[in-house]
Amino acid sequence: MSAILPLSVRGLTFRADGRALLDDVSFDVEPGGCVAIMGPNGAGKSLTLRLLHGLAAPSAGAVLWQGPRAAEARMHQAMVFQRPILLRRSAAANIDYALSVRGVAKAKRAERVAEALEQAGLAELRDRNARVLSGGERQLLALARASALNPEVLFLDEPTASLAPAAAKRVEQAIVAIHAAGTTIVMATHDLGQARRLADEILFLQDGRLVERAAASAFFAAPKSREAHAYLKGELL
Amino acid sequence: MREIAEGFAAALKMIARLDADLVQIVLLSVRVSLSAVILASLVALPLGAALAVFRFPGRRAVVVLVNALMGLPPVVVGLVVYLFLSRSGPLGFLGWLFTPAAMIAAQTVLVIPLIAAVARQSIAELWTEYEDELRSLGVGPLRTLATLIWDGRFALLTAVLAGFGRAAAEVGAVIMVGGNIAHVTRVMTTSIALETAKGELALAMGLGILLMAISLAVNIAAYAINEAARGRAAPEKA
Repeated sequence: MSAILPLSVRGLTFRADGRALLDDVSFDVEPGGCVAIMGPNGAGKSLTLRLLHGLAAPSAGAVLWQGPRAAEARMHQAMVFQRPILLRRSAAANIDYALSVRGVAKAKRAERVAEALEQAGLAELRDRNARVLSGGERQLLALARASALNPEVLFLDEPTASLAPAAAKRVEQAIVAIHAAGTTIVMATHDLGQARRLADEILFLQDGRLVERAAASAFFAAPKSREAHAYLKGELL
Repeated sequence: MREIAEGFAAALKMIARLDADLVQIVLLSVRVSLSAVILASLVALPLGAALAVFRFPGRRAVVVLVNALMGLPPVVVGLVVYLFLSRSGPLGFLGWLFTPAAMIAAQTVLVIPLIAAVARQSIAELWTEYEDELRSLGVGPLRTLATLIWDGRFALLTAVLAGFGRAAAEVGAVIMVGGNIAHVTRVMTTSIALETAKGELALAMGLGILLMAISLAVNIAAYAINEAARGRAAPEKA
């Protein structure tokens, strides 16, 4: 079933202007998990996602997807950006476009578009121009578009960063549903509550280094590193 | 002063009774410039999009060149197209010289840089916005261009209309390759030049009024389309 997982990340490094924004980071991602990449602003969370997804090329190190089809690994992935990027088309057309790019036959697309909109609770907005939707609706639509692709891995960059609590809750519910359907999730977040609710594994980054990697329960109960300890305390105070 | 007033009155009368010569000239003008703009757009929109999206060696030089060619003097275009189409030129076998086809060719060459340069700018903006998503989905190069042209179509229409304005208003290129032959290659701008030289102010002024009206209509259309596009794009909430 799994085509590209597990993922091995080895010595991942990204330098810009002589500064290492990400420095020798190694970890694995097993199928079925929900991994939260945490850490303060500028720790390298978004950059890590972009490198894993292949939107940026590492200065050193490797992102190793499994299987004979590793070269086209991105076709088994999807990503939702912090500010979701929606095309200047209707909500339905946004999903249809993504499916068409990924080679889903025209005859099958209408059904999958309707299904994705239905699951996201956006069925009524199907013909609305995506660019006039509210922030929460935009994020839900971007998630619906990503999940319609049936990705093996879904990358989420701060999925609820600028949303009101009610909208954030709907977005989290959508993420839980996508995860439950079998998609492995790798998300960047600095929302402790969100990481507690969704993640089963935590990668804690600081200044571009992977400081701690732990099961979520262990991480929140008793972080091993001084940095994570301070981060959790600082956030909770 | 009286001459101008009389000429103006005669011009309005010609327009009102749809003078045959006048109508023929206007229709040919519109046909030539419209054809040229459509042909130019087929080249210039993908070219502008490609310059906005693809990174290749020498790209900057091409962008600077295209921008510089926006101000291409029509007479130079006329000269070049003339040389190509003249009997001894490489395209002389077509027999286009002093036909509307030659005029369409000249205006096409004239407006390609303008449309491409304006298109490149608005597509570059859209690309900045779309890049991550299209790369994430794995959209191929040709489809990327098509997507950007389609989603940017309202802004691009402004580029196309600007091209039409430039084509319809120029004299130099069409007079050189068209020859300003009555009933065959005489368009509004060349007729105005000729009739004024002959002292036939009524026809010249009539054509001048219509040329202004067409130019104004095109600009109003461009403005309205841009406003409508902005209305669709703007209310994006953060």
